[in-house]
This record gives sequence, structure tokens and C-alpha cells, in this order.
Amino acid sequence: MAEEEDDVRIRLTSVLVDDQDRALRFYTEILGFEKKHDVPLGEDRWLTVVSPDDPDGVELLLEPSGHPAAKPFKDALVADGIPFTQFAVDDVRKEYDRLRDLGVRFTQEPTTMGQTTTAVLDDTCGNLIQLAHQS
Amino acid sequence: MGDVFKALADPTRRTILDELTARDGQTLFEICGRLTTNHGLTSSRQAVSQHLDVLERAGLVETRREGRYKFHHINTDPLEPIIERWLRRRTTCGSD
Repeated sequence: MAEEEDDVRIRLTSVLVDDQDRALRFYTEILGFEKKHDVPLGEDRWLTVVSPDDPDGVELLLEPSGHPAAKPFKDALVADGIPFTQFAVDDVRKEYDRLRDLGVRFTQEPTTMGQTTTAVLDDTCGNLIQLAHQS
Repeated sequence: MGDVFKALADPTRRTILDELTARDGQTLFEICGRLTTNHGLTSSRQAVSQHLDVLERAGLVETRREGRYKFHHINTDPLEPIIERWLRRRTTCGSD
């Protein structure tokens, strides 16, 4: 029924960050994404990053978490160790070693459960992020 | 000692202690993930949280807040009286 151009696609996803400057540094300099858009928008910026392997792929919006509901929501997730979202890597253990050397804090060391290996890190902007690969 | 036996009477709680033995110091998220993927248990996060409360009241689990995170650790000290009361005594008798 739907023409191809009508298909719903994921072009953008977002994380709620406490501070956009700090988020940009962490997501580019530490995690290794590249900045795609940085446009002033009211008090904040429309700030997105992409994977260097796929610059025209899904963008990650570093969205300010200024809404009063955001902080209690994020704090509760972090306290229970629940990641806000998940990124794919080729090898979780290798990435864990690389990031830990850069001073990144992990709340879960690499763990293989079934076919999936995961680890959970702190993005310094109020979120936990899960890294994952499938074996 | 009653609390300890009550805490250990539940298979899910025993499995939680197994997983904390495999790696001590886990978030609620990691414990839930391990129960699901390693043991096929489908307890809700809230149910696991309640199991952890029972284990904590029995002294078998301790929680540690580190910054904004909360980690769960196993504490086997409450099991010592069981060893003292039956296992060590039997060993002593056997060596008579």
C-alpha cells in the first residue's frame, strides 16, 4: 500500500544531556562520533552527531534536558544502572579498554549474556549508555 | 538466623546470590539482565528489587552508593553461624 518514500524511517534519535558543550566533547572526542549539525535554536542549539562510518546515517540529537521532569527521570534510571540507549560497536571488550584508558566510568564491565556482549558507561551528561555487539 | 533461611528459601533469591558470586557489585539493571539471559527468569524489575530488599534485610546483600549509582554486593557473613552450628561441629565430631 505504502510507496517506498512513504515508509517511516529512523533518521534521528536523541539523548537528553545536562550540558550541550560537555556532551559534544564527550560524544565526539571520547566516543568518536562526528558533529553534523550545530544550529542556534532559542536558548539552546540543534546539535547532532553521526557515526564517522555513516555520515549520512542516523543522527543523534544531543538534546538539552532542561524540562523539570528530565532530571528525576534520568537520576532514577542512573541509580538503577539502566542505560538510556544503546550503541553498537565491533568489540565491546576492546572499546571498554580504549574508553577506560580515556577515563570513562563504567557501571557494568563487559558481560556476555547469550549471543550479546554488553557494557554500560556514564556519558558524563546524566545518562548511562550501553555498548553492545552480537557474537 | 530466621531471616537468612527465609531469604534463601526462594530460588530466584538464591540465583541472585549465584550471580553476585560470579561478579560482585552489580547494578539492578545488570542483575535483571543476568537473571533473564542466564536463567530464563522473567521476574519484573520491581520483583527483583523486592527480592534484593529481602536479601538486604537478611544481611546477605549490601548496597553501596557510589556517586549517582547503586551497586549490590554479596555478604556471606550471615552464613557463618550455619557453618559454626552444624558443619564445623560435625567435622569436630568426625575427627574424634
